[in-house]
Amino acid sequence: MIHASLAPFAAAATESTKVGNPWINIAIFGAFVAVTLVIVLRASKNNKTAADYYAGGRSFSGTQNGTAIAGDYLSAASFLGIVGAIAINGYDGFLYSIGFLVAWLVALLLVAELLRNTGKFTMADVLSFRLKQRPVRIAAAISTLAVCLFYLLAQMAGAGALVSLLLGIDDRLGQSLVITIVGGLMILYVLVGGMKGTTWVQIIKACLLIAGTFVMTVWVLAIYGFNLSELLGAAVETAGDPNILNPGLQYGVSETAKLDFLSLGLALVLGTAGLPHVLMRFYTVPTAKEARKSVVWAIWLIGAFYLFTLVLGYGAGALIGADRILAAPGGVNSAAPLLAYELGGSLLLGLIAAVAFATILAVVAGLTITAAASFAHDVYASVIAKGRTTPEKEVKVARRTVLVIGVLSILGGIGAQGQNVAFLVALAFAVAASANLPTILYSLFWKRFSTQGALWSMYGGLGSALILIVFSPVMSGGETAMIPSADFVLFPLKNPGIVSIPLAFFLGWLGTMLDKGREDRATQAEMEVRSLTGVGAEKAVQH
Amino acid sequence: MGNPPPDSGPEQEGSPVATDRPAADFQQTQATDEFKELRRTHRSFVFPMAVVFLLWYFAYVLLAAYAHDFMSTKVVGNINVGLVLGLLQFVSTFAITAAYVRFANKKLDPKATAIRHELEGDPEGVRP
Repeated sequence: MIHASLAPFAAAATESTKVGNPWINIAIFGAFVAVTLVIVLRASKNNKTAADYYAGGRSFSGTQNGTAIAGDYLSAASFLGIVGAIAINGYDGFLYSIGFLVAWLVALLLVAELLRNTGKFTMADVLSFRLKQRPVRIAAAISTLAVCLFYLLAQMAGAGALVSLLLGIDDRLGQSLVITIVGGLMILYVLVGGMKGTTWVQIIKACLLIAGTFVMTVWVLAIYGFNLSELLGAAVETAGDPNILNPGLQYGVSETAKLDFLSLGLALVLGTAGLPHVLMRFYTVPTAKEARKSVVWAIWLIGAFYLFTLVLGYGAGALIGADRILAAPGGVNSAAPLLAYELGGSLLLGLIAAVAFATILAVVAGLTITAAASFAHDVYASVIAKGRTTPEKEVKVARRTVLVIGVLSILGGIGAQGQNVAFLVALAFAVAASANLPTILYSLFWKRFSTQGALWSMYGGLGSALILIVFSPVMSGGETAMIPSADFVLFPLKNPGIVSIPLAFFLGWLGTMLDKGREDRATQAEMEVRSLTGVGAEKAVQH
Repeated sequence: MGNPPPDSGPEQEGSPVATDRPAADFQQTQATDEFKELRRTHRSFVFPMAVVFLLWYFAYVLLAAYAHDFMSTKVVGNINVGLVLGLLQFVSTFAITAAYVRFANKKLDPKATAIRHELEGDPEGVRP
């Protein structure tokens, strides 16, 4: 779905748009921006220390943070992509909802609380805790920046096409302008609001998104007398194909496609707990217990949301039909907006469109602050300044990094217009699962794990995932590829996870077994005791 | 080694997130029966549970990829086995989440709190 659903964003750019009233969409979006800006400004009053800027003073409650996690996680790919995928491909779209949700159990059971207890601001804090600081920190920062950048580019490019579709801006210049505005707003939020402001934007967005989809879900179910079977029957009737309820419509075409599906399933379930912007959210709560609460709350919200997408997807399939969805500007991604228009006319469409804008803005802000924190905290403070810096200086560097990343993602978003942006999202998940997760799990649970193991696993996972993507059908050798004119496909699968994830786990083990040096027993003991008991964990900032 | 600056107070070399309280002897704590018990309790829940949900998830993914006929079998009305199993993934995720929270609140938190208070020398924390 990730591969297929985002691609038509690009196609939407060149077609004209005549759905709903753009001015209503703009007005509602403007209201959202105004309200969140006021909140961000108010929240930013206490942004003094590094803990304030990176971790929102660690003062968010579990419930608030859980809502923000949902806001961070449910991107436009989740909302528009899954609804569209279910409307068009039926059951195969639903499989993604499940992968995205079940992945949270890895975070809940194995990562969240232990990470909160041992880390400070970034993923690298935990990975380098008991290993050699500099090399491990650099490796962790590189993979953090890689994951964030791919995720960012995909969101920005998607934002351009989506916003253009909903505002009726068709030409390339107009789209570039829209990307610049979205990017500028995001820079403003992150620069002014830091983690606190970003968190509030994500909380508001999560509430809007879940409320909006809930209303639409009840509406669709009401049309079919709250009978799921009847809704499914109607979807089959409109589609004229009973297979829309069965698996295999999209991924059953060949053995390679089936294997690709397994690979994506693996990347999805193991990627979430390695996404740096998700991990960083665990530091914004005062204790490990609150980190647990956040994940639990996030699981409920995300689970509920993905259940809604099932109804909305088949609802769009039944009420609008695959033909009309695919013919609309935006193609498969227009299913949710079209359904909103079908149900509630221009006003509901405007609301849903505003929610979609808000979704992109919030996700992009979360990614930006994660990347900026990683650069300032891991690369600048630890490696460039070698620890001889002050928190004030570090935050200043972080703010400048936000500007740089913002400008880069605006340029990248403009450059990636009309490109197949889908592979960037899939790449982010696969890279996170390959480069980050093995080292996170090993350093938390395996006493003997060594620096060499960590470096082999991180660079091996990152490198193999990137190389396999470059030589996959996503890059070349087909109409939907990034470079359609060339063909240098050596690896048949679109998602590298099934190779790169086991490889990274293996390299982590091998590197450790072949490492002649021994790590410090004392810091291993410290990390283990701290991770489980919370002794010496970072406290909330008192104002 | 390049350590980041802490928010407050000086920081220990080699440990990026150490705080400025007197360093506890973590190796000694790690060797105590109480801590071993806490670690065993934690791992005896999260490891088997992680194995169970991952196996169940991959069984489902494999069925969806390779057992189309089985997944397409109708159960009630238009609802087929695939949809039921998919919804059961949601149910099992919610159930494991709830079970873990119960377990952590009841079994892990008291043990962890006791050790933490002992290390931090906070008499209020040592509950009978």
